[in-house]
Amino acid sequence: MIPRHLVIAMSVLLLAALGLSVYAWHMRKTVAATPVASTDTRLLAPPFAGPTERVTLYVAHDDDGSLRAESALIPLPSGRQQRAEELLRALLSLYLDKSSPHALGSGADIRSVFLVDPGVAVIDLNSAFADTHRSGVLVEDLTVTSLIHTISANTPGILKVKILVDGKERDTLAGHADLSDFYDVTAVNQLATQLQPGQ
Amino acid sequence: MRWTSDLRSVGVRPAFPRTSRPPVLTIGGLILICAILLSGAPAEKHLAVYSVAANYSVQLVQREGRPYVGLLELLEPLGKVSAKTENKSWRLRYNNVEGDFQVGKTHARVQGRDADLIGKFFVENNRGLVPLGSLASLLPRFLGGPVTLHEESGRLFIGSVATHFTASLSADNPPRLVFHFTAPVNPTIATELGALRMTFSREPLVAPASPTLTFGNKAIPSAIYSESNGAAVVTVNASIPVMATFSSDGRTVTISSNSPSAAAQTATQNAVPAAPGTPASPGQPAPAPSSSNAPPPAAPVSRRYFAVVDASHGGDDHGETLSNTLLEKDVTVALARSLRQELESRGIPTLVLRDSDANLSVDQRAIFANADHAAIYIAVHAASNGHGVRVYTALLPFGGDDRATFRSWTTAQHAALPLSKSIAAAVAAEFQRRQIPVRTLTAPLRPLNNVTGAAIAVEVAPQGSDSSQLTAPDYQQLVTSAVATAIAATRDQLGAAQ
Repeated sequence: MIPRHLVIAMSVLLLAALGLSVYAWHMRKTVAATPVASTDTRLLAPPFAGPTERVTLYVAHDDDGSLRAESALIPLPSGRQQRAEELLRALLSLYLDKSSPHALGSGADIRSVFLVDPGVAVIDLNSAFADTHRSGVLVEDLTVTSLIHTISANTPGILKVKILVDGKERDTLAGHADLSDFYDVTAVNQLATQLQPGQ
Repeated sequence: MRWTSDLRSVGVRPAFPRTSRPPVLTIGGLILICAILLSGAPAEKHLAVYSVAANYSVQLVQREGRPYVGLLELLEPLGKVSAKTENKSWRLRYNNVEGDFQVGKTHARVQGRDADLIGKFFVENNRGLVPLGSLASLLPRFLGGPVTLHEESGRLFIGSVATHFTASLSADNPPRLVFHFTAPVNPTIATELGALRMTFSREPLVAPASPTLTFGNKAIPSAIYSESNGAAVVTVNASIPVMATFSSDGRTVTISSNSPSAAAQTATQNAVPAAPGTPASPGQPAPAPSSSNAPPPAAPVSRRYFAVVDASHGGDDHGETLSNTLLEKDVTVALARSLRQELESRGIPTLVLRDSDANLSVDQRAIFANADHAAIYIAVHAASNGHGVRVYTALLPFGGDDRATFRSWTTAQHAALPLSKSIAAAVAAEFQRRQIPVRTLTAPLRPLNNVTGAAIAVEVAPQGSDSSQLTAPDYQQLVTSAVATAIAATRDQLGAAQ
């Protein structure tokens, strides 16, 4: 004969398990019905709204595989690191535009830029930037050179640049351009010269 | 003995008592029987395939008493191919041509039209096997062009790729037998008593009008052409010791006397004897010693490659997706094979680093290239964007990180970079000469910076907007022949640095 209190306890536990199962099933249905927000593809406007400055952006053009200097008037903060970030965001907004001469995947963004003395800049891209980037030696070459040449030409004192993705090291941008090492700015500037139109 | 006595002293029994001797003998006997049986096992049969895109060989298997070949392996180097098995139906797609085969049946349908096979069709591990003899009628349906099958010898010629030759005996004393080939050749030279044998494994050599050539000379009476197991063999019968000398960029092979007087004559040509059984390089003769005064055969010399061609990507690394059905890794293999053919046809021994769909890290590629001490490393890439060809050298920081005799791995290319740039310029000049759009650039592209010798990368894009041009054999050959011509032209420069 099973004691009465054990029967009651077992019944309560079974009821609780049944109730929780129904609740879990209900929650699962609710979650499935809720549309999941896809990757946020909204363009981020430059958050800084201070005085504008004329800067030179080095913009990649896929049609002739060139890097062209383009003048732009953008609001820039006074801090060196924040200026570097705004510069690259301005460049990125060109690439994310519908009429982009060098289209990047939706959701591509610059997470942050760190300037580390002496003369090292670290550009941290988000994973969408690298994951959606087109693969190819030239197309990746253009992106890397565009980023590094733009930041080094407008931020004096940068000698080396390291590119991270989501704060981590990555072998290549999209299968070709090497991201495992630091870029020497002088060498990249020479490459930028090679990539000028008509070269 | 000491061990035995020790064991006895502690009462340990030997591992094998006296009664175990018969089993030991039995095992030994079995090993001996296996060795004898294996030594007598028939050699694997292959089908040698010669095409404009690539020369390669595929294995033949025996089914129902006749040789069969896998269609997938056969077509894979020539274009985009895929297969799907549904119940007893096996569907093959090669580029835009579809074929439908039924297991156990002797007929198939290609592009909606019937095609007869000379034996039953089989599927094994998703490999569709067709009788070798059916290829002559089946392949033109897929390839859209003529093929010539030498069924007995296992040789298949796709398109007009055959290399022909003529032989003529000079009236010199001692006589010289001169072979002229329509394309450069690099046969394996072997010698035996009274004969010199040239084996053409990679060249699409075909028979002359008569397989037996007679010259009416006692010293070199005849030469016989034969084919077997995917190779062509020319056997020169000689009653005197003879040697082979290559000239005209591998298009001419001269068989001449190896007697002391003749040797003095050939010494003026800086001739260096090659070891028997090893491939002879152009400009190097291979001696055929006579039986009486023959020196002991030299040990085989391992082949040293002048060029290493690296088909970039592979395995899990697809590279760029060039179209819905075209991956960069597949195009690079085809281009690398074509480049090897072009380089070897110019007498440049070439190694293709990735000749299959294998995973190879960039470090492994650099290690192979450095260990081989090749004169030139050429990475092959393909791209859908842009037009024509881009030739890259390594993007290196100014000033190396080398420490004394040690070289930094990331800047190992530093010392060879001027030479690499010079070769890249020569390659670009050849493209310009052929009116193919070309650019020379530096690129942060591994493993160019890790290679210690001259290293370039060639990225091939279509001339227009159609990526499928990258798989066109004529376009591939146009590109690879330009690269090979430039490398051949800079051979002395590269050889000096090697």
